This record gives sequence, structure tokens and C-alpha cells, in this order.
Amino acid sequence: MSTTEDHPTEQIDQVVVRFAGDSGDGMQLTGDRFTSMSAVLGNDMATFPDFPAEIRAPAGTMAGVSAFQVHISDHDILTPGDAPNVLVAMNPAALRANLGIMPKGSTLIVNADAFDDRSLTKAGYQENPLTDHSLSAFTVYEVPMTSITQEVCKEAGVKPRDAERSKNFFALGLVSWLYTRPIDPTIEWITKRFADHPQVGEANTRALRAGYDFGETAELFESNYEVRPAHFEPGEYVNITGNTALAWGLIAAARQAGLPLFLGSYPITPASDILHELSRRKEFGVRTFQAEDEIAGVGAAIGAAFGGALGVTTTSGPGLDLKSEAIGLAINLELPLLIVDVQRGGPSTGLPTKTEQADLLQAMYGRHGEAPLPIVAAKTPSHCFAAAIEATRLAVKYRTPVILLSDGYLANGAEPWRLPEVADLPVIEPNFATEPNHTEADGSSAYWPYVRDPETLARPWAPPGVPGLEHRIGGLEKADGSGNVSYDGLNHEQMVHLRAAKVAGIARDIPLTALDDPSGAAEMLVIGWGSTYGAILAGVKRMRARRGRDVAHIHLTHLNPFPADLGEILARYDKILVPELNGGQLWRMLRAEFLVDATALSKMQGTPFRPVEIEEAILEMLGGTT
Amino acid sequence: MTTTAVPVTTRKDWSSDQEVRWCPGCGDYSILAAVQMLLPDLGVRRESTVFLSGIGCAARFPYYMNTYGLHSIHGRAPAIATGLATTRPDLDVWVVTGDGDALSIGGNHLIHALRRNVRITILMFNNQIYGLTKGQYSPTSEVAKVTKSTPFGSVDAPFNPVSLALGAEATFVARTHDMDRAHMQETFRRAHEHDGAAFVEVYQNCNVFNDGAFAEITGKEVRSDMLIPLHHGEPIRFGAESQRGVVQRSDGRLEIVDVAEVGEGALLVHDEQRADPGLAFALSRLANGPHQPTPIGVFRSVERSEYGEEMERQITVAQDRRGVGDLATLFRSGSSWTVD
Repeated sequence: MSTTEDHPTEQIDQVVVRFAGDSGDGMQLTGDRFTSMSAVLGNDMATFPDFPAEIRAPAGTMAGVSAFQVHISDHDILTPGDAPNVLVAMNPAALRANLGIMPKGSTLIVNADAFDDRSLTKAGYQENPLTDHSLSAFTVYEVPMTSITQEVCKEAGVKPRDAERSKNFFALGLVSWLYTRPIDPTIEWITKRFADHPQVGEANTRALRAGYDFGETAELFESNYEVRPAHFEPGEYVNITGNTALAWGLIAAARQAGLPLFLGSYPITPASDILHELSRRKEFGVRTFQAEDEIAGVGAAIGAAFGGALGVTTTSGPGLDLKSEAIGLAINLELPLLIVDVQRGGPSTGLPTKTEQADLLQAMYGRHGEAPLPIVAAKTPSHCFAAAIEATRLAVKYRTPVILLSDGYLANGAEPWRLPEVADLPVIEPNFATEPNHTEADGSSAYWPYVRDPETLARPWAPPGVPGLEHRIGGLEKADGSGNVSYDGLNHEQMVHLRAAKVAGIARDIPLTALDDPSGAAEMLVIGWGSTYGAILAGVKRMRARRGRDVAHIHLTHLNPFPADLGEILARYDKILVPELNGGQLWRMLRAEFLVDATALSKMQGTPFRPVEIEEAILEMLGGTT
Repeated sequence: MTTTAVPVTTRKDWSSDQEVRWCPGCGDYSILAAVQMLLPDLGVRRESTVFLSGIGCAARFPYYMNTYGLHSIHGRAPAIATGLATTRPDLDVWVVTGDGDALSIGGNHLIHALRRNVRITILMFNNQIYGLTKGQYSPTSEVAKVTKSTPFGSVDAPFNPVSLALGAEATFVARTHDMDRAHMQETFRRAHEHDGAAFVEVYQNCNVFNDGAFAEITGKEVRSDMLIPLHHGEPIRFGAESQRGVVQRSDGRLEIVDVAEVGEGALLVHDEQRADPGLAFALSRLANGPHQPTPIGVFRSVERSEYGEEMERQITVAQDRRGVGDLATLFRSGSSWTVD
């Protein structure tokens, strides 16, 4: 198939494109548009926005480089790709910051206009890499993006300085041509988005067209490429980020439980988009409360839960630190509460915009006293939806705070999501208390807030408003049953055991381990949790397909309690690899819980695993060579 | 929730079966009694009443009320109450707190609950000391106070809670004291009626760690000369013969004068509904600690939209405009595509 006589169109099965530029260059937007157009074409895709914490670091410097990587494919893909096939670099700093991850032979499309002496110096280049032959291992296309953009915008009456800002659309147009993406949907999008600033819209449209036409006519490129639609299960799809999926999961969970949704939250990267999304959805009766601080966010959620709402707080690591005391209170109150932690690099402020999985032990143990709670972790951007519903189910059924772990990679990454049927979503029963549950010695009836359900060990939930169920709860230790304040040592020990048994008993209410071991006799097991799912599965599949090695895989969604049969399954394998974006936290938990000799694979670079890293670690463990 | 008539109750109905465990002689007892005896007169229901607290002696209050109650963690009660009051506008939410709980560890939550005007009634028992932790100075303790943690005297300048609340945009600010049940009840009644955040400072004697802190102004014999009752629309005057009063000088300063010298017409007429909180603030600065004639009563009571109502209004508007939320529609709010 060909688009023009001069330019044959080549079929490829996948491509990884990385757009990189200054923070102010609009690279996230460019990548996002490219992704949307690919979704329309029916490709499978995975995205990885990678941007600095600074809103506008000094222009042209390495610190200010913002990138967006998108992997599009005609088959089921699991990650944003091992390494990009194409890098679009809007300036020298973007080239220099990303060159290290570009494989030899890959393609570099650079904005040649930006390679002046001043910009080269800012990026730390002594020599111009476009002329000193240092890029000879790559296919380099030098495109004067800025000057062409300024030229085509002149007719629209846009000043050159303003026109310069449209050059990201030129880059988008060029890459759209290169990978045969239609530009009409983006033109429509521009028209809508810039309806109030028609001149800016016009400049962007002209730049987009100019980029597309440049590819078509410039004789620079030998061919362009087509990535065919992937094979998807029939159904309706949207492209969704983890934060949006999580927000929608909360709305759906509240709906399915028949509870009003209350979010108490303080803005924090990379969790804020959940607050933003929920605050837009008032037609669902969602109340969003931007609190004065992290503590007030969780406090208000506890107050809402006491009143019979689904109380949720969303945060990232530093905020989770601040919420610890209130979470402990919720454990004692035994009220449903959802704490969403979108993890980022730590400790302290750490790497606000970079991903990490290093809050697992904090979720598990980060409170004073014996304070267990259930932990659920999402594994892909779209899985954040189901994970939010599952976390809510456990919180409501067991009257307990639940920590739901996401991370920066899931939060901002996107993938196609097959829309569920609303009728198929699980129903959550709040089962509010309606009547007294205790008979006093004198025969009168009373309501005791700490009488437990014999099966779940959950206490009743009696929001204010029901006559006869008036009761007082609080952070002081409660007498088993009556819930009155009790300083009795034996009662305290009993309550500690009861709270622990309640959480441990959830193991009976979650699925058994989903073991992926096709032969049933794998040489080793790789076990992970959270956002490493795609990379681990891709690494394992490659070991099987390309190297014929028999490797099993488990990916945990429930981190506390573990599935009931996990220990028994782990015991079957002599070699267990635990890849994590932390120093070995699940690894430590597995060793402590099951006395297995597992091996940790740690990465703490602010970026997700690449499948090849998993592959190499497996190979090393199996004693093979790469 | 229910439409039946509010049952007739007595103090006993509002008292829980828990033994009250404040130190004998503590001012908290009289405040508890004032509240328990007032509630039967307010036309409210036990099941629709919630007492919320943080940590401290005052924070034990909910355990003694036969209502719904939550004894939470230090300083956080206003934040917890915000979540409850905004999701349950049908409830009466009372926050009972102390000077350490509200002004030290929880200062941030207090000022934000006040500026947002959340419908909660905050009773802050001010005894100018930490009682539960056994005698350290508090954010309202006077400079040079000698306590366990300040053996050489405190060097911290104290907060004036009424000034602080007014500065935090509070719409209702009042002060009362534990020696006058009728005044407490009238003040609490006004606070409860207020549609928004109501802040009441209650001077409260801690007879163990700070005995007599307010005796110079609240003692029965001295009260008429040392307390300046504020009544809306009336000239501000006090003294056994109402012989003293407050005037505003041309530079805006407030001053205590003999009525005989200036004439009754010169007295400042109290206006709790003034939009500008400046005059209320000036009144709060009349006394620099409980050793000088001190205004009590309602300093400010103005109307401003209530936080939970505003939240509710936005929901109603969104539902009127877009219809009640539908999940299937939500899922398709971006662009979707179909695979056959």
C-alpha cells in the first residue's frame, strides 16, 4: 500500500516514539494527541509521560527537558517499550538528555533551528552534535521546524515570536505523516480547544499541516510507515490514564454501594488529577473538599465516613506520612475509609514527577501500634478502575481503612480500556445497622458499636440519624462489644488480635493466586506487584518465546492479606525473582512471611522497568547468557 | 430525617451512662451541665446531634453525651467535622475543644473551618494551660507563666482567641465563662442558631494546674465591674450601676470611660451584625488578659453562605444541567471507538 508514488508505505508491527523538548514546548500535549490519533486507528498502545518537577525550568537546559513516550502496535503490548525507535528532539538539551536511551540505528528527528551556539552551550555541548559526526550511529533528520512554522504562520498574521510556540504541532504533523496518522481529528480538536483564541488555533493548524506536508514533499524520508490496528476483543474502548480510571472507579464504587462519595484531598503530584477529575463530576453527587492540608483531607474523609458516606483521601508519599495518625484513628474507629497513594520517588520530596514503588512497607507498617489494614495495588492504568472498586468493597464490608497503591507511571500512563458493562459491576452492600443489637441485664435493648459479625469480624456501621443507636467511638481503646473506653490490658490484647484477625480473614474473600505457569513445571517464578506488571509479563513472555525457557509469573493485586494459597505456591519454586521499583519491599515481606529464599531485582531510577531488564535478570538467575 | 414531633426530653436523656471523670471542681462540669440542660430547650433530637472532639480534658465531652459522638485525635476535630457536616446537613454538629487542641496543634484546621463557614458549633474551653498532659503552658498562657515546661517563665506571646477567630473571617464569634450558666446557655443557644461556623470561647477554670486564672474577672463579687456584657443594638456599658461604658475615639480607638463623664449618648452601640469585623476586633483587644474589664457575649454574628450548602448547590446545578450522573455516559465522555 502506498500513499503517494514517491513514498512507499511500509508495514511495521510496532513503533516507539519519544517526543522531547523544553517544558514549555508542549511535548506532553503533542504526545497525547499522537496517542489519541493512534487510538482512533485501533492500535494498541502504552504511554509514558516523563517530565520534570519544575513547571518551567530555565529554557533550553537539561533540567527543563520534558518527554512523552508512546508505544503503538498492531498486537497486544504491555509497556511503553524497551527503547524508542524514534526520538523527536526540539532542542539540543532534549537530544542530549535522551540520547543515552536511544539504540544504535534508531531515528532522530531534530529541530535544526534550535541548534545555535547559545542553545548548544546551555545544553552542555562543546561541539554541535549535528556536525561533529557523533551521531553517526543514528539516522538523523534535521528539520528546520521553527523557521518553517514561523513562515507558514506569517500569513495568519501571527507574530514570529508567537508562531514559534506552534512548532510542536509542526513536529506532530511530521510524525503523523511518518506513521500515517490522520491529522483531521487533531485539527478538529485544535478548533475546539482554541475557540476563544482563533488566531492561536489557526497558527497551530497551519503548523500541523506544514509538518505533515513537509514529510510528504521534502524528499527527506524514504518511506513512511503504517501500524495496522491491533486485534482487540470486540467492544467499546477508550484510551485512559491511571488517574482518570481511578477517579471513575471511585465514582462507580460509590454508585455500586449506594453511598455518597466524599473526597478530602490536598493537591500533590502525581495524585492531583484524581481530585481534578472528581471535582468535575458533580452530577454524580460527588463532594470534593480541597483541604487546608493532608491531615484535614483524611480527617474530613473520616468525618464523612462516620456520617455514612464513602470517605476517600488521595495523596502521594509525603502526604501519606502526614495522614498516618488519622489512618490509625480509622483503624480504631473501624470505619470504611479509602486512602489512595499514588507513589513517587522518595524519601521526602524526592522525585515528585518520577515513579517508584517504595511505599509498600509504609502502607503495611507505617503507623504506631499494631495497626494492620488491607492493601490493594493497581497493575495497569486501566486496572486502577477495578482496583478502586475492590478496595472500596473491602473497606465497606470489613469497616476498615484500605490503602490503594498506584504510582506515577500508572497515574499518567495511558492504555486502551474496554468499557465494562455497568450491569456487570459488583454490588457493594453497606449493611447499615438499623436496630439495637444488645440486651442489657435489665432486659432493655441497647446498641453496642463493637459487636462483631462472626464471619467477617466487622463491627456494625451506624451513621447518626437513627434513634436508639446513639453511640460514642474514638481513638481510645474500646471494650470488646460495648465499645466503651477500656484501659484493661487483657481487653486491649483481645482487641489487637480481633483487628488483626479481621484483616487476615480477608484472605478468604479474595481470589486465590493467579499463577501463570503454562507447563506447571517452570524452572523459576517471577513475582511482582503494581505497575511492573507489563514489563515483567513482557520479560517472561520473551523468555518463553525467544529462548524457550520455562518461567512462571505471579502478579499480586492484594498485598495484605496475601492470597490464601500464596505460601504453598511459592514453596514449589526453588528460584524466585521479585522485581520491584524499590529496595526490595515485597521481597522482604515474602521472605518474612513464607521463609522463601527469594531474590530481589531492584530499580530506583524514577523510570519503569524495561522488559529487557527483567529478561536479563531471569537469564542470570537461570545461569544462561544474554 | 423524621417528621414526627421532637420528643420532650430532660437533662437525663442527654446524659450518657458513663461516669464523668474530670477532676473534682473542674470548670468542665458546669459547662457539661449547661449544655445538657440547654439541649432539651433547643428543639433538637438526640439521634441528629453529634459531639466531636480532639484530644485534651475538654475532648472527653462526647463520652458524657447520650448522642452520637466521636472522640478523635489531637487538633483535628474541625477537619473531621467539616467532612461530617458537609455530607450530613441534617445533623447538628458540635465541636468541643480546648486552647491547646484548637489553637496549637489544630490551629490550622480551626481557622480554615471558620473561613469556610462550615455549619459547626465550636465550643473552645480556654483554661490557659495543658491539663491532660499535666501542666505545661498553652498558646493562651500569659507571658512569664511558670509551668513544668517553662520553669523560668514562658516567653511566648499568647493568642487572643476571639481576635484570632475574627481574623480568620469567622461569621459568629462569642465569649462566655464557666461561672455563669445562664450566660453560657444564652451564648450556646445563639451559636447553635447560627447558620455557619460558630466559635465560642469559654473561660474555664482548671483548678488543678491553673486555679483562679479568671477569678479576677469572673468571680461573683467582681463580675459586674470586670465583665463587659455585649448586647446587640445597645450601648456598651457595665459596672454594678452600669456606671462605666465604652466609647470610640476619633482615631478609632476604643476606651473605657465613666458614663457620667461622657454622657450616655456618647457610648458605643454594639452592632454584632456589622459587615466589617474591625470594631468587633477592637472590642476583643479591650482587655489584655483576664485582669482587665473584658467583653463577653456575641462579638460578631453575620450571615454568609454556608460551606456545605454551597457544595450542595453546585451538585444541584450540575444535575439540573447534565442530569443525574450515569456511569455509561461517564465512560464515553471522551472519545471512544468500537472494535467489532
